[in-house]
Amino acid sequence: MGKLLEVKDLAVSFQTYFGEVEAVRGVSFHVDKGETVALVGESGCGKSVTANSIMQLLPMPPAFYKNGQILFEGEDIVKKSDKEMQKIRGNKISMIFQDPMTSLNPTMKIGKQIIEGILKHQKLSRHEAKKKAIEMLELVSVPQPEKRINQYPHEFSGGMRQRVMIALAMVSNPELLIADEPTTALDVTVQAQILDLMKQIQDKLGTAIILITHDLGVVADISDRVIVMYAGKIMEEGTTDEIFKNPKHPYTRKLLGSVPRLDMDRNESLHSIEGTPPDLYRPPKGCPFFDRCDKAMVICKDHMPNKEYHSDSHYSYCWLNHPMAKAADEGSEI
Amino acid sequence: MAKYILKRFALGIVTIWAVITITFILMHSVPGNPFATESRKIPPNIMENLMKKYGLDKPKSEQYIMYLKNIAKFDFGESMKSDSETVNQIIARGFPVSARLGLQSILIALIFGPALGAIAALYQNKIPDYVAMIISIIGVSVPSFVLGSFLIQFVATKVEWIPIGGWGEFRHTLLPSFALAVMPLARFSRLMRSSMLEILGQDYIKTAKSKGISKFAVIMKHAVRNAILPIISILGTTVSDLVVGSFVIEKIFGIPGLGQFFTTSVFNRDYTLIMGVTVFYALVLISAMLLVDIAYMLIDPRIRLTKEGH
Repeated sequence: MGKLLEVKDLAVSFQTYFGEVEAVRGVSFHVDKGETVALVGESGCGKSVTANSIMQLLPMPPAFYKNGQILFEGEDIVKKSDKEMQKIRGNKISMIFQDPMTSLNPTMKIGKQIIEGILKHQKLSRHEAKKKAIEMLELVSVPQPEKRINQYPHEFSGGMRQRVMIALAMVSNPELLIADEPTTALDVTVQAQILDLMKQIQDKLGTAIILITHDLGVVADISDRVIVMYAGKIMEEGTTDEIFKNPKHPYTRKLLGSVPRLDMDRNESLHSIEGTPPDLYRPPKGCPFFDRCDKAMVICKDHMPNKEYHSDSHYSYCWLNHPMAKAADEGSEI
Repeated sequence: MAKYILKRFALGIVTIWAVITITFILMHSVPGNPFATESRKIPPNIMENLMKKYGLDKPKSEQYIMYLKNIAKFDFGESMKSDSETVNQIIARGFPVSARLGLQSILIALIFGPALGAIAALYQNKIPDYVAMIISIIGVSVPSFVLGSFLIQFVATKVEWIPIGGWGEFRHTLLPSFALAVMPLARFSRLMRSSMLEILGQDYIKTAKSKGISKFAVIMKHAVRNAILPIISILGTTVSDLVVGSFVIEKIFGIPGLGQFFTTSVFNRDYTLIMGVTVFYALVLISAMLLVDIAYMLIDPRIRLTKEGH
């Protein structure tokens, strides 16, 4: 399968009153047609900034592309004007957001909000567009779509609104769907429904998905590959199996360790990662995870590790995986 | 909806009654009477006759009841100062003039105020923002009588077509409408700027952008419509303020509106006229508020539901 999206050495910063915040610092990855890639990391690691920059949805200024390319179907998105982006947004790349309660315009009927996107990208009459909108609502299993189309967002529950958001995003059958924490604001039971729905639609329409989340449970369910980000950099990437069964970076291990498990002892408290991520006003020279890592070595402080491949699809940035530090990998707890 | 309006109507009547009662008490607790303010002394027997004629010799409670009865028939009584006219006639003569002036000003303020605020928000902390906010600060802080005099001095005396004052044709209304519009215009633009800034940061604006629709459509269809809601909520008071006339502007431009009677009736202790214009103002205010609330319901579906539900 061909590469649909290729992000090369992307760096995005925010110019603020206090100085430059380097939110994304040289990120490279790709997404193939029809696959699901998860971007994982804790708050502020740059995953949302990465996703938004693919859509050129960051407010510029203060944000600006500092370096790198975002190649979508071979064309560099970084260089595109707003006019050109309008033809891509909602048409070839769509996005759904974290909070369905606030992501829909409260004073506009659901139908109108969906039709708006259809009319923009497809040569359909208003009547046909309405029919298409009803079809889309059916596709995302909103009951009674003919009636619901004339209702306002406040008449929908959170889960239903996220379904509407998905319908809205999928109207033009995009090549790529970016889902920015699509289940974070929902109940656990509804989360599973929404993930199922996304998987179903992907099977039906062959859309590639970038799933941004901090919930590794969500990742295991749906994604083909996982990219772990920390402090604006990629720490580790691999297939879902590789990341879950054979994590190579201490940060990935800690992340996995902090997921609650059914087989945990009743009295055992949840694991958390001590400390806070580094300040991105002055990002560290070496490994950003240095001061929270219990396996940190002297070299980690001032030198960023190199990319080490563990298989064709699996790599990480950690000095422990350097050929000269082999021994340290033994005795890991997971 | 009908039930809601009916309920509001009943509430409005209670409010009017409260306004009548409070005004009545306040008015009669001020020393003096309509005839005592004259410079020349009135002989006691004539005074007695005058008091009798207007029912002022009766106990206050009786006067109050009588007044309520008359008002129920929409009869505000005779003006105690100008024998020839009833209060109803004064209102009928002055209100259309004031209302026209007020509506024209509201129109100016509603067209340019939100537009100015929206532009300021879209160019936040850039030159258009500064210009818009300087205009609105000047608008809020320069009193209308200063602006009115300024306009007469620098516009009316220079442009022959625009008269200095008076009333009659459309050109007479230009300067006073503008002078009256500046304050609400400035207020609207400041309100619009802050609500627009808030709305532009909302998630659904990002959703709209992510659909690929043009910047203009995002702003007009999604941002402005939601940002204008706070302006609509203060529209009721603004409309009623302007529509019943401004004493100052009417005085400066020599306009025969209703505004002057608010002030002169109090100075003259013209009891019936004081009551008349106050109750009338309350009526206009209450109806304007009701209309605004209905408009609000039409624009914001969330309010429609909750209010119907209760």
